[in-house]
Amino acid sequence: MRRQAGTLLLGVLLVWPAQADWPQFRGPEGTGVAHLPDLPWRWSRHDNVRWCASLPGRGVSSPVVAGNRVYVSACSGANGARLHLLCFDASNGRLLWQRQFWATGPTTCHPKTCLAAPTPVATQEAVYALFSSGDLFCLDQDGVLLWCRTLAQDYPAFTNDIGLAASPVLAADVLVVPLENPGESLVVGLDSRTGRTRWQLPRPKDSSWTTPLVWRRPAGTWLVLQSGTRLSAHAPQTGQEYWRWSERELAKIPSPVAAGTDLLLVAGREALLALHPGPPVRLVWQSAKLRPAMATPLVHQDRLYTINSAGILSCAAVASGKILWQLRLPGPFSASPVLNNDKIYLVNEEGVTQVVQLGDKPQLLSTNALEPTMLATPALAAGALFLRSDQHLFCIGGKAP
Amino acid sequence: MNIFMAAALLSLLAVGEAVEKKEQEELLRPLQRVGREGVGNAEAAAALRRLRQQGPEYLLPLLHALDSAGPAAAHWLRAAGDLIVEQALATGQALPIQELEAFVRQRQHAPRSRELAYDWLARVQAATATRLLSELLDDPSLELRRQAVAAVIAQGEQALERRDRPAACALFRKALTAARDVQQVQLLSQRLQQLGIEVDLAAHFGFIRQWYLLGPFDNTNNKGFETIFPPEKQISLQATYPGKGGRLLRWQRYQTRDPYGVVDLNEALGKEQEVVAYALAVVFVEQERPVEVRAGSNNALQIFLNGQRIYARPFGHHGMRLDQHIGRGRLRAGRNEILVKVCQDAQVRVSHLWAFQLRLCDELGGAIPFQQAHLEP
Repeated sequence: MRRQAGTLLLGVLLVWPAQADWPQFRGPEGTGVAHLPDLPWRWSRHDNVRWCASLPGRGVSSPVVAGNRVYVSACSGANGARLHLLCFDASNGRLLWQRQFWATGPTTCHPKTCLAAPTPVATQEAVYALFSSGDLFCLDQDGVLLWCRTLAQDYPAFTNDIGLAASPVLAADVLVVPLENPGESLVVGLDSRTGRTRWQLPRPKDSSWTTPLVWRRPAGTWLVLQSGTRLSAHAPQTGQEYWRWSERELAKIPSPVAAGTDLLLVAGREALLALHPGPPVRLVWQSAKLRPAMATPLVHQDRLYTINSAGILSCAAVASGKILWQLRLPGPFSASPVLNNDKIYLVNEEGVTQVVQLGDKPQLLSTNALEPTMLATPALAAGALFLRSDQHLFCIGGKAP
Repeated sequence: MNIFMAAALLSLLAVGEAVEKKEQEELLRPLQRVGREGVGNAEAAAALRRLRQQGPEYLLPLLHALDSAGPAAAHWLRAAGDLIVEQALATGQALPIQELEAFVRQRQHAPRSRELAYDWLARVQAATATRLLSELLDDPSLELRRQAVAAVIAQGEQALERRDRPAACALFRKALTAARDVQQVQLLSQRLQQLGIEVDLAAHFGFIRQWYLLGPFDNTNNKGFETIFPPEKQISLQATYPGKGGRLLRWQRYQTRDPYGVVDLNEALGKEQEVVAYALAVVFVEQERPVEVRAGSNNALQIFLNGQRIYARPFGHHGMRLDQHIGRGRLRAGRNEILVKVCQDAQVRVSHLWAFQLRLCDELGGAIPFQQAHLEP
């Protein structure tokens, strides 16, 4: 028994990202929150940019960080069908390796996005990169292919002319891959070591760009999936459904987030909702004024933060939804905000990052312009902030540790 | 050395080559066998660990294997080749430059095999690769052609900087003739217009501009998509049909002047919800040939070529983009009928768009020349 427990612990350590890493969309646990010491809050092209690396193509995917390696996906070429995955040394920006593949599935996309839209997932051992064409790769940290899937071949009715953008997430040894679309719509759970399908769930036939939430609760882990007409919770290992909620039309871009024992999610074009999970699901509060546009809400301690289409950053009490303060910032914002200690970092599409000191009264600390276009949510890891534009990956930090 | 010894040596060499070829084939086979749903991934991963230790002599066999590889197998073969090249460059081994250059020139190979050969060549001998581009303007690989066009565009821009207008015009025209990439076509069209030269984009892309429109038929609860209305059984431009709400429908001529061939059905037939429209084009081509009928539409859509359904998308609201719907078939020599069924649903809150655009292309997106009949309904 002790040996089994030891093996289990080792297994968990092998697949579990280190706390200092930023392993997936919105970082550890998908919270968007980090606790880095001495992170600069002011920078320019010539100040506090630790390094800057050229990228071979566009991408709206976020950089991810594991084991001092930064991974970024990109696409280039005719129809954006050249798929790239790059790995940099986080401390100095040296390109460690670069891999390229062909898109084997649909390449049509809304002009604002591209095939490199889903954010990769990284652990100390492997990186998983999904592209909008349904091509999915698992490589080791040295860039050697471990397995791949061509999901457009596996599910031929899979289609999304606007472009797939929901990111995969890792739940222990299951890689959860969202493929919600108007054709064959599903979410699949793959064995992260082999790429084999463990389970697949049919989902509403509609596009959805929400990233699944792996919600670690004291009573067990839930995989929360949000579509335009359905919110549901599942067992990550089997896909078994625990409960579903279909009482409201739901947003298809901002992702659901955990807020203590409740869930925050966006209802259609109407409001931000706080739900107490079921069964039965109970509406705790709702607020039209807190409804975000593209960005996923951010929760830290007993407060939540949203940014709407008018560029209004709102801070509210998690328990009640009561707005505590609002601050208007120049947008527009596609990237979700991230938070480090007591500061929130908001990147707008022009590549301008605004840093706001949090508290009972907010203070705009700085406005830091780099270059347009920045649609990707930043990463906070390895003592630095990682920003990606269409052309470059920037590492914002003081002197390298 | 006598003749017998020489013959024995040659035969030993031949045996050695055969053994080496067999070893290469055996090592590549697990990669070639990876199929749908990840079947074969584990075997391919094991083979890749051995393959990455091999030298550049594996690159040409790998490119040949890529010619017939399925999508997942192609990923594995590319991964293996890139690792071998990386290892060779790190250890100072030479790549087979001449063979790679020859492979790029051999158009019987699959486009992606030649693209990969070109990528490797460009990595180690950029000047050779750049020189090769001048031969690739009419290439069957979209990617190689795109790079060749980009090189001519760059020459045109240089001519502009020198204020050599005739040279710039000639280069941009040359690039436009070859271009199949939409962004390149748009850029070249802009450049030529800046130089005072009009570009007929609709003609360049091969959009059909003259249509006969019929509608609206009923599409309540999206039932119209699968309902076979009379035009799907027989085309008669003189006939009249009962439409939605008892309206009497007749074919009406419509000519789009949109540079991208967009037919706005809201404008032509009126703003409607839960309706079906048909659009008919009659085109004449000189020779029988394969065709890609490429459409853009935000609506549920069906395309029929000479009475055969060649494409169906039962749902809409996915945006309208060039070439997002592709039906494949064969054009007859002479007269051909293209019928499009465009279904608007009740979700006008999401989008009012009820429109389509359609062009006739070869497999690379090059316009197929056609004439249109001037029939009177």
